[in-house]
Amino acid sequence: MMRDALVYLAAAVVCVPLAKRLGLGSILGYLLAGVAIGPWGLRLVEDVESIMHFSEFGVVLMLFVIGLELEPQRLWGMRGAVFGGGTFQLALSGAVLAAGGVVLGMSVTAATVAGLALALSSTAIAMQTMAERNLVPTPMGRSAFAVLLLQDIAAIPLLAAIPLLAAHAWTGGSPPWQQAGKVLGAVIAVLVIGRYLTRPVLRVVASSNIREVFTAFALLLVIGISQLMSLAGVSMALGAFLAGVLLAGSEYRHALETDIEPFKGLLLGLFFISVGMGIDFGLLESTPKVILVIFAGLIVLKLVTLWAVATVMGVGSAQRWLFAALLAQGGEFAFVVFGVAETAGVLDAQRSGQLTIAVALSMAATPLMLLLHDKIAAWRAGAARRPDDEIRESGNPVIIAGFGRFGQIVARMLYADGRRAIVLDHDTEQVELLRRFGYKVFYGDATRLDLLRAAGAADACLLVNAIDDMADSLALTDRVREHFPKLPIIARARNVTHYVELKSRGVDVVERETFESALRTGRHVLETLGVDRFRAREIADAFRRHNLATLEALVPHFRDEARVLTEAKAGREELREFFARDRAQFETEQRKGWKAGS
Amino acid sequence: MTGRKTVICVVHAHPYPTRSRTNRALADALRKMEGVDFRALYDLYPDFDIDAAAEQKAVEQARVVVWMHPVFWYSVPALMKHWFDKVLAYGWAYGDGGAALHGKHCLWVPTTGGDERDFTPTGLHAHPFAAYAPSVEQTARFCGMRWEPPYVIHDAIAIDDGGLARHVAGLVERLARWRAEPVVGEAVTR
Repeated sequence: MMRDALVYLAAAVVCVPLAKRLGLGSILGYLLAGVAIGPWGLRLVEDVESIMHFSEFGVVLMLFVIGLELEPQRLWGMRGAVFGGGTFQLALSGAVLAAGGVVLGMSVTAATVAGLALALSSTAIAMQTMAERNLVPTPMGRSAFAVLLLQDIAAIPLLAAIPLLAAHAWTGGSPPWQQAGKVLGAVIAVLVIGRYLTRPVLRVVASSNIREVFTAFALLLVIGISQLMSLAGVSMALGAFLAGVLLAGSEYRHALETDIEPFKGLLLGLFFISVGMGIDFGLLESTPKVILVIFAGLIVLKLVTLWAVATVMGVGSAQRWLFAALLAQGGEFAFVVFGVAETAGVLDAQRSGQLTIAVALSMAATPLMLLLHDKIAAWRAGAARRPDDEIRESGNPVIIAGFGRFGQIVARMLYADGRRAIVLDHDTEQVELLRRFGYKVFYGDATRLDLLRAAGAADACLLVNAIDDMADSLALTDRVREHFPKLPIIARARNVTHYVELKSRGVDVVERETFESALRTGRHVLETLGVDRFRAREIADAFRRHNLATLEALVPHFRDEARVLTEAKAGREELREFFARDRAQFETEQRKGWKAGS
Repeated sequence: MTGRKTVICVVHAHPYPTRSRTNRALADALRKMEGVDFRALYDLYPDFDIDAAAEQKAVEQARVVVWMHPVFWYSVPALMKHWFDKVLAYGWAYGDGGAALHGKHCLWVPTTGGDERDFTPTGLHAHPFAAYAPSVEQTARFCGMRWEPPYVIHDAIAIDDGGLARHVAGLVERLARWRAEPVVGEAVTR
């Protein structure tokens, strides 16, 4: 176990950065690492199948995270693309690929099963690639995702149908209506768990303030739902996706995402490694021509049919080949289908093995196809202008860290003006309360880099640092300055020390939380003493201006206590003189009026 | 306001009312009148945060609108100008459906620091005072108001007590005419 971990991690650490450096992308790096350590490479790992099985959980976690980013309304808005575009893709690619199978001499039944299985794409590879290239939020990315989603939904009935296609009669398993009832039950269970049970439990777990317990619960949630779904015979990934969608609107979304992310990444890597290990070079050696024909046929037919699907789904003409290249590979589900088909006697062992290798090769070919696509696109664009960047639907939000008495007013003002703000707070009770009032607040520690990233700090136009704890506030400032140096900060200061600390960190806009209200109070006092309201305001304005100037002068020397004391004392003297002068001027003006100077 | 129906809405703009002699005397007298809604802008909105809806409502309820202020740099004080900008809005005072002020009487009460000699071709201000009035007058006329002969008070700083008392009484009397005989008062104006 430890030895295996050593091998996997070492292979990944060596191969992935190398592949990235060579411009091949991380996925090809993992695949090559798998080939290198697998049975046909250095033979460091033997039990490929169980590793594959285990690492498939990476795909489950990925779909959970994808679900987290997709709120139910948005998913509902995609229904046309999923059921229309997705079904069209599966039918078209499946039919064309099946015809190809018949041409190769397969029976119609076998060709249909193989064709449909090959029509499925690899969610892991496609989504990972799109994420690396930042394509997920684009219209093209959403269409690709819709297709992948339908494939995940369709994979289960496909699997269930294989025994029915088999020459011999139905053996074992539960009758269809019972199966349907189980699926329905599982989906309802996930809906109830995701919608009603998870948030209260998350709240309790989060308020315990033990981070690893929160992480443990996040994993428990995903694993539990996956198990439930697989008991009912539904794709685990689909169940996890559904659970993710149900939690997308919750305050724990970013925290869950942050905690699941490293597991997802590692397991996905492991998954790609196991695909690399699973390529049977022995079979490739014995029937190279057949495999190459299947591989080439798969890629070509799928590219063409996907291009047609992209056209029908309204993908922009410049991006149709990209769409096709992203989805042209065979998917991890094809491995399972071939296995089942072989057991059911629909495919013979040799054909099943050839198909499996062709799919694995097509996965490895994806990064290369994309490189080729980029080259061709660049060549076609010539030295002409670069295409416009896709405008993200999400826009550039304002991030507000800290939603207490202070941040709340800022956020409410923005909401009132119809602006979008992403609010982060780590007080569970506060988050819960505000959610009940309908505010979009996310639970989490804003000083954590991964959470900032999940909240969109890289794209945000502004960060409002309204955290009340001074140490946390400064930690957040340092973190943002280091990792998002272009993100402007508007900060709340608890007192003068805090103000100076923030200013010396390069924060341009700092407001002392009590200063303005104290000035207003001062105005009320003057008014009560009989000073005209407007005059009281002018006095407060003058005081503010002078006070800020004094404070600014302190910033460079704030660590030098003696200097600070002299500056402050000088400031007070100046202020007295200034007010005396101002008062004299005011009196003269009021007494002499327009006669002055005449 | 006295709780009785408002007849006259006085919009008063003086940044330092307690420092003023003439404006304070005028304000004190007008505040005591029945049917007068006295709106001291610099007290209501020292931050220039004029509540346009409240101001419009006040004006709507009156038949006579008085603009009273010291003259600053041949014009109205900044907050009075801001009141024009915010309260005399499109769709209310002018433009589409903007008829809220139609037919209301507008009386301008400017106070100046100069005396009448200053407002002559050879005086300090080089023009008669009437030469500085058109922008205010046209503001009222543009909104469909009836422009009354302005009640101008010169020499507001140096004026003696008797002179000031006569001015106050004169203004109160002019306003009282509208209050006492509304219908006839309207017919009398030119």
